[in-house]
Order: sequence, then structure tokens, then C-alpha cells
Amino acid sequence: MGYVAVKGGTNAIEASIQRLKYERLKGKEVIEVETILKTMRQLVDQVMSEASLYSPYLAALAIKQAEGSMEEAVFLLRAHRSTLPRLYYSQTVNTEAMFVERRISASFKDIPGGQILGATHDYTHRLLDFDLAAETKADIEKWTNQWMEEIKEIESHGELKHFPKVVDYLREEGLFPTYPLNNENPDDVTKKSLAFPASRSERLQILTRGQTGAVTSLGYASLRGYGQVHPNVGEVRVGDVPIYVASSNENTEAKDDEYYIGDVKLTEVESFVPVTTKNERNEMELNFEIGYGICYGQNETKAIAMSILDQCLENQDNPFSTHDEEFVLYHIDSVESTGFISHLKLPHYVTFQSKLDSVRNVKKGRAEDEKA
Amino acid sequence: MKKLKTHFAFLDEGSKKEIRRATLKAVAIPGYQVPFASREMPIGRGWGTGGLQLTLSLVGKEDVLKVIDQGADESVNAVSIKKLVHSTTNVELTEATEDATLIQSRHRIPEIPLTKDQILVLQVPMPEPLRTYEKKEYITKMLHAEKEYSGIWLMLFEQIMKYGRTSTDADHPVLVNERYVMAPSPIPRFDNPKMHHSEALILLGAGREKKIYAVPPYTDVASLAFDDYVFQKEDFSGEACHLCGATDVFLDELVDDHTGKTIYQCNDTSYCVDRLNKLEQEEVSTVDA
Repeated sequence: MGYVAVKGGTNAIEASIQRLKYERLKGKEVIEVETILKTMRQLVDQVMSEASLYSPYLAALAIKQAEGSMEEAVFLLRAHRSTLPRLYYSQTVNTEAMFVERRISASFKDIPGGQILGATHDYTHRLLDFDLAAETKADIEKWTNQWMEEIKEIESHGELKHFPKVVDYLREEGLFPTYPLNNENPDDVTKKSLAFPASRSERLQILTRGQTGAVTSLGYASLRGYGQVHPNVGEVRVGDVPIYVASSNENTEAKDDEYYIGDVKLTEVESFVPVTTKNERNEMELNFEIGYGICYGQNETKAIAMSILDQCLENQDNPFSTHDEEFVLYHIDSVESTGFISHLKLPHYVTFQSKLDSVRNVKKGRAEDEKA
Repeated sequence: MKKLKTHFAFLDEGSKKEIRRATLKAVAIPGYQVPFASREMPIGRGWGTGGLQLTLSLVGKEDVLKVIDQGADESVNAVSIKKLVHSTTNVELTEATEDATLIQSRHRIPEIPLTKDQILVLQVPMPEPLRTYEKKEYITKMLHAEKEYSGIWLMLFEQIMKYGRTSTDADHPVLVNERYVMAPSPIPRFDNPKMHHSEALILLGAGREKKIYAVPPYTDVASLAFDDYVFQKEDFSGEACHLCGATDVFLDELVDDHTGKTIYQCNDTSYCVDRLNKLEQEEVSTVDA
């Protein structure tokens, strides 16, 4: 009878786990974690982002163990994250100081500092490259050497360049309100469960660890008509930022005492969203607000969708579900949605028996009524 | 010695402390859903992670643990949870309800009455009894605070109007300590009365929904019902377990492979096995005598 024989569950589980292992090993090929790390860059990025744990090596290991399943790999990392003590909050990261690899604006052609395309699939034709099927190490050597030679000839600009934020230019013109910096420690959603209304820091945390597909879908729905946010992408930047933690000595606040603990790669998006505000004379005015998107690694679609949802949730007086924080924040987490959907596979014998009883009684009651 | 790779009981001590604090608050306010941070666990979120976090925060080296899933000790998920707790704690495992100090269960309360030396941990998928008619957490929190429960009474009333009787199945809502309406977790209605004045502490954990709540020992727990439409348990009248002959227990409905007829069997497998063992002993002793 089904998979809950009175006895034997232990053996059945053990056999299933062995079978799973066999599926991973039966091709008799070893994929090195290092290989995943060096060739599956964007998969690693996505797993780290959804797991909200920045560790490329562990993400690659999780991908290996999960046989490439996104939801499994994210789940593995999240569960690992649970066992780690949380010792510090980092100092506020200044993304203006990002070591930029890519930075574009869809709002201005000539942004101060210029557009830097960097590495992106955006301008490739999505044609299967059959040559890759026979790619050899020698091919890779040859291509990279040649490319290195070519770029040597390109004139270096000399010093490392600092890229100002596109929005600064518009702020100077008074098109964007200037807010005082809020450098309070965020409400940590991993330490305190979400309550409503949620703070912006809580919303941003849930959005940034959201499942890429779910964040993208809801952002898309909002854009297409089930929402009221139609942004212009002001700036997308991808690059490394340094992370510092404060010295444990509470008496010193000097910058020199901060500890550098490493770099993380981020995608950051600032979307420009027109909003109606009132000025001092109570007249309606059009202004811009920023929709903010950020995530680990390079994942521009997710970051842009997040920037839409951020603005949606800033404006909740709106009938659309994409502007409802409970609807958005409760349903975009990969581990939660996949977990609850998959629990439907568990036996529900008792609950179903109870439901049967209820349905039968209603039917019986009806039949008796008819007789009477 | 077996090598323990992870921390005792998996969670770091900071996490356990936080869960225990939420648990204490839950015990202090019977039936009130206490939010907690809820860690991701190495089993599916929706597969008993709330119960598991309670168990892991409570378990000590002397504890004896029993895990049941829909009545069965050997059900796949019960086995998986037991394996995880055991591999991170080495605590003793049992199937005998009376030997356990800590019982984690999905959707059943054992047939044998529990004692004050035991804690029952129930896994909860949907902790909010008002969710069926109010989708927003922000609102349901207020409804509980104001003891505004007309919605759930109306829900039952509507069922009577539509079907001539209340048509709830498992998870029939209860009123705890005359204050909070609570989802007893999807236990069958058959088990609801076992919560009333239970000698054992009952803790309920919802991992995905991040809530812990409790029914402390000797607390009033009343299943919601009207005076003229009284609460009714699942009806197994006239049926008995085909193995041990038990009546007045929750029965699984099975189809006999040979005859094709419907037969019934104890849902609580350890209760059934225990009865069978005792029957055998009696038979043996009668023969001896």
C-alpha cells in the first residue's frame, strides 16, 4: 500500500538515496568544483543571490551536489547558512566606489564617465555555437592569448576611473529629492520574522534573495499592466565592492580601525520612476523617485525587476497585487515556495480520510433529507 | 565514536536560544502565534521545519525521541526527520509512545494519553485559522488582538446553510483558554478533544510561516461549534482495526488486495503493534496456564 507501509520506510528511503547517488555518478564523469566555478559563472552568481550567501566556492559545490538543480543548490546553501553564527554587520557599502566592470544608462546617452558595456549576453545573437562542442584547452589558450595581445594595443586611460552615479547629475538639477542618508542597521529578516507594514530594509532583503524567476515575473506583471510602475533604467552597474566590518573596540570610530574582509560582486540598478508629489504651495508636481535593485553577482534582469518591485511597494495605495507587500514578499522566496509546493508529495492519508468523512456525511445528510 | 560533523542539534546556540524564547512566550500566551525568525533547515520548508526547529531547540542528551508522520513511525518523512535529529545529537529513538520524552508528530496526536513528562511537537503548515477568509497577515493580527472572530463563526454558519452541517475536515479551529482561536494543525477532528486539558505540553511550529504557538498542560481547548450543531469527530462507528480489533481509534481506510473489500486499520501504527504484542503475550500466557 503506497509508500507508507507499516514497516520498511527506513529501507525504502535508504534505497532511494542510493539511487539518487547512482544517477549523479552513472555517467562516470567527475566534474571538478573548480570547473563549475570557472565555467558556470552566472549560475554560481544566481545561486549565491537566491541563497543570500556569498561564497562562490560553496555555491559551486552545491551545484555539483544538486546536479545543477537551482532550487536544490539554493536550498543546500540556505541550510548551510543556518548553521553559521552571524557575528557582524558590515559597514555601509558605498557602491559609488565600486570597481566597475560594466555600467550603462538607458536614460542618458552621455553619462559622465561614459557607458561601459563590459561583459554581457545582451548584444550576442542567440545562435547555438556548435564549435563549442569540440572546444579544446589549446583553443582556449590560443583565443585568450590573441585577445590579450589585441587589447594591449588599446590605449590605457592611465589612472583608475571613478564613476559618479547617473542620478547625481539629476539631483543637482533638483529633479530628484535629496534625502538624508539612512545608515541605521537594517532590520535583519533572518533574525526577526517579517511583520507588516514592513520596513524598506526588510523589503529589500526579501527582494534581493528572491527567486530570480519569481522576481522577474512579478516585475514583468507590474510593467505590463498589473501595476503602476513604468521605470526608465537610470543606471545598471556591475562590479566589485569591498566589505568592511567595524573594529570590535567600541571606543574607536576611526576608519583606520575597520577590517577589510573581502570583495563581493554586485549588480546594482537605479530605475527612475516618475511620481506625483505636492510642493509647499500644495500644487501638484511631477518628480522622480528611485526604484532600487541590487543582487549578488551579475544578474541584471533580476536587479531591474527588483527595482520595479521596490517602487511598487513604496506606493501601496494601489489595487494591484504587485503593489501589495504581503503578496510580493511572501511568495518570491525559492526555498519557501518550492518547499510548500513539494510538501504536497508527502502522505496526506489522515487529512484525506478526514475530508472523505466530511464529504460522505454531507451526502448522507442530503440523502436523508430527501427521504424525509 | 560516530563523528559529528555539525553542531549538537544542528542549530547554533544563538538560534536555539531565540527559538526557546519564542516558545516560552507561546506557553505564556496559550494559542497566540509568536513570530520567530525560523532558520532554513536541511529538510524541505513545508516538510516539518517548524516542528523540527522546536525539537532541536528542546532536545537534550537524555531525551528519548519519537517521530510520527500521519500516525506512522516508519513513514518516509518521519524516518528522515528522525535520522537528521539522531545524526546531530545521538539521542535515543523509540517507537513506543510511553517511552518517549519528546514526540514530534505530523497531523496526529497518539492514541495513548500523553503524560506531564512528555512534550508533543506538532508540525503546522498553515498556522492562521482566519486565513481562509482573510488573506492579509496585517489584518488577521488585528482580528486576533481584538478577539474579533465573527468571520470564523460565519464560515461555520455558511457551511451549515450550504451543506446542512459543518463541513470542516482536519484542522477544525479551536478556542484556546477562552481567548485565542487557533489552528490545531491538520490533526483530524478525532484528535481535537485530546488537546483539552492535555497533561503534556503541546507545542506547534510552523517553519515556513515562521510562527510558534502552544497549548500548555491543563488548558481549555474547545472545538468551535454551535449549541444546536455540535462538534462531531470523524465517524468510525461499527468499524474496528482488522489487525488488532481496536475500536474508538482513528482508522485508516484500506482496500483488501484479495477480496477488494474496504477494511480498516489503526492509523497510529505503534499503538496497533503494541496491542498486537500484548494480545500475543496473553495468548501465550493462556497456553502456558
